[in-house]
Amino acid sequence: MKLEPGSEEAAAEAVRRLAAEGTPVRLEGGGTRQAIGRPIQTAATLSSRGLRGLTLYEPAEMVVAARAGTPLAELEAALAAKGQMLPFEPMDHRPLLGSRGEPTVGGMVAGNHSGPRRIKAGACRDSLIGLRFVNGRGELLRSGGRVMKNVTGLDLVKLLCGSWGTLAFLTEATFKVLPRPEAELTLLFEGLAEPEAVALLCAAMGTPFEPSGAAHLPAGVGAARARTVLRLEGFTRSIHYRADRLAACLREHGPAERIEGAESAALWRSVRDVLALVEPRERAVWRLSLPPARGAEAVAAIRAERPCEVLYDWSGGLVWLATAEEEDAGCATIRAVCERLGGHATLVRGSLDLRARIEPFHPTAERVRRLEAGIEDAFDPLGLFNPGLLRAGR
Amino acid sequence: MTGIALPAPDPRILARKAAIVAELRRLVVDPEAVIDDPIELVPYETDAFTAYRRLPLAVVLPSTTAEVSAVLAFCAREGVPVVPRGAGTSLSGGAIPQEDAVVVGVARMNRVLAIDPADRTARVQAGITNLAISEAVAEHGFFYAPDPSSQLACTLAGNIAMNSGGAHCLKYGVTTNNLLGVTLVLVDGTVVELGGEALDSPGYDLVGLVCGSEGQLGIVTEAVVRILPKPEGARPVLLAFPSSEAAGACVADIIGAGIVPVAIEFMDNPAIRICEAFAKAGYPTEAAAMLIVEVEGSDAEIDAELARIVAIARRHGVTTIKESRSATETAQIWKGRKSAFGATGRIADYICMDGTIPTGRLPEVLRRMDEIVRSYGLRVANVFHAGDGNLHPLVLYDVNDPDQAARAEACGNDILKLCVEVGGCLTGEHGVGIEKRDLMRHQFTDAELAQQMRVRAVFDPSWILNPAKVFPLEGRIAG
Repeated sequence: MKLEPGSEEAAAEAVRRLAAEGTPVRLEGGGTRQAIGRPIQTAATLSSRGLRGLTLYEPAEMVVAARAGTPLAELEAALAAKGQMLPFEPMDHRPLLGSRGEPTVGGMVAGNHSGPRRIKAGACRDSLIGLRFVNGRGELLRSGGRVMKNVTGLDLVKLLCGSWGTLAFLTEATFKVLPRPEAELTLLFEGLAEPEAVALLCAAMGTPFEPSGAAHLPAGVGAARARTVLRLEGFTRSIHYRADRLAACLREHGPAERIEGAESAALWRSVRDVLALVEPRERAVWRLSLPPARGAEAVAAIRAERPCEVLYDWSGGLVWLATAEEEDAGCATIRAVCERLGGHATLVRGSLDLRARIEPFHPTAERVRRLEAGIEDAFDPLGLFNPGLLRAGR
Repeated sequence: MTGIALPAPDPRILARKAAIVAELRRLVVDPEAVIDDPIELVPYETDAFTAYRRLPLAVVLPSTTAEVSAVLAFCAREGVPVVPRGAGTSLSGGAIPQEDAVVVGVARMNRVLAIDPADRTARVQAGITNLAISEAVAEHGFFYAPDPSSQLACTLAGNIAMNSGGAHCLKYGVTTNNLLGVTLVLVDGTVVELGGEALDSPGYDLVGLVCGSEGQLGIVTEAVVRILPKPEGARPVLLAFPSSEAAGACVADIIGAGIVPVAIEFMDNPAIRICEAFAKAGYPTEAAAMLIVEVEGSDAEIDAELARIVAIARRHGVTTIKESRSATETAQIWKGRKSAFGATGRIADYICMDGTIPTGRLPEVLRRMDEIVRSYGLRVANVFHAGDGNLHPLVLYDVNDPDQAARAEACGNDILKLCVEVGGCLTGEHGVGIEKRDLMRHQFTDAELAQQMRVRAVFDPSWILNPAKVFPLEGRIAG
């Protein structure tokens, strides 16, 4: 049974019916990220596809709101037409997952999807200022609003962002946005080993020159030579000045080549969407979140146990790691290393079989897990939404 | 003022005061860390929302997370309310106690535990003052971005409780955007670590939930904050306008031109006059409205950006342009604005409101606010963060005149209702506390408040933690 309500009221009514029947339901946006998480089967699917369009856009206030089923491309085009953008550069998972369809605003919020610029401008959750949603009781509710500063009541927006549709069915999201930079420029350092590359990225992030991207692609990942890249964005004169200063600060790591315009944009799109690790498709792909300076250390420890290919973003704080699916696809090793270094790991790409065999989402500590279970009951007392997606038993 | 009800104290708790104090003394290492003498309790009877005050049952000033844990576990077991306290600078009454409550103050826990420039993080005890974080990381060339006006005194614990902002949040965000992890003591004494040095953490965003929860989900004893490299330089320009509308339109055009300054501060004529009389900052006292716009970068970048801003201001009939040329001039321009609350306090008592509005509604809101204030026979001075629409109208009155005080409180409520009506909210950075508690139904439906309270109940099923705050006293949901 597929439900596609055409209004928020109809969505609330649909959830009330599901609740009355006790029917679990998969929540769906564009369906481009359905291969993330534990495989689930539900009698019903509730799609946001019928909830489409911008509901508010005030460029002079830097605020935009869109219904949850709005294709992300539609939102981004509307912003681009006014010289603005979503600050957090959301990742498109279609290349990595080989999925089709159109990523939606609701799906992006549900996964808190954020790209390279997160290192400077924050994640999706940092730009998200308001949500409208239907809870598991079928009540249409709001949290936050359309103003940038709002501390009125509990911040449920943060809870829902990144909850993967397990707490509520999102119907509308409001964001603060930023002016699109006039120009971008990438500094490229070649041939660095991973520990030196991460050290360079962390040093760059400690300067006042505000890199908006800090990534490292080791040798053989997308190109023969290792590439360490820093992106600067802003007014043309300013980014050239900052590039000069930054290159001077980092000259001990060798000379830096400059990449500009479309070539730079294409490079960062490939980092954002992890294009270099897409093939071969049968490999599992992990997403490791770490204290940035520990990125290379984590990879070295994992590599000592099993072969893998990696790509570093967020100054080393985000490591994409591709490895064979054999055994547990490295789950135990990767999680042990991450936990030792203060991070965690999520399986973003894996076969159905692998995702049923291991926990794709990193387990939380037992006492925290109890709080999370309580929060699930507080939003969705019958456990209707995406049951079992995040972990077994819910 | 007496408009806001506080719950009647539980006589059974009051009757057990001696036993409760004795047990608290047993739970902490330093006997001086427990205060129960009525004279010594006076400093804890209120916060910066001074119209309301209550002596607490006792005050505990723990030195460790373990002590906080022991105190909370004991109070929860005994059903004794706990009011967490940082430095007591809350403008919404968030730290005001009640007679049957134990105040747990974290101000003694004020150490820096680790600074990591490579990860751009600092781990600190939550009782550290906001400014002390920036001072501690300054030698590495870093600072902590959120800068509430009370930053010299206010604690990070209080900033986390209220999700505090500041003048520079247009560029750097508020506390929640600069907080990576917390050590949270739950009401039963359990200690949980949420988040950490990584950019994000597994599971639901509980750090995001705890930030701004006004001490109702637990007590934060340690935190990991994002630190940022100091900009090469920063300089403001002062722009005066013949009308508030012109100043508001100028703000919209600056942002429309793709410029995001670190701060855009707005003052109306009464505020300009009050601040100038106090700070002698060289403000144009005839101007209807004034902006302070600050930008960051190298000298050349600042020059270029200020030139663009001034060009925009000229299109809006700017009457005075004062670009800072030196650190002294910068300090002078900011001195007036930063002393606004203190300067106002010299001429009258005031309540500082904190609603946020969509910036596009600014001229209309200023006009209607003026009408509201006049209808109560009062005066208002306006100081606010124009870039993000966070208003701080100062409603002036005489605290010794009960009639004026009651009018000021009613007037403030009408202003906040206006903020909600135009699409804004009750509080942008000061928090709900007790001040706006009874207005919550103007912003939220009963179902929305119920959803928030159900989440709250997961953490504190019996309403032990800061129980008189945030949610209207009627219709509460327990666990």
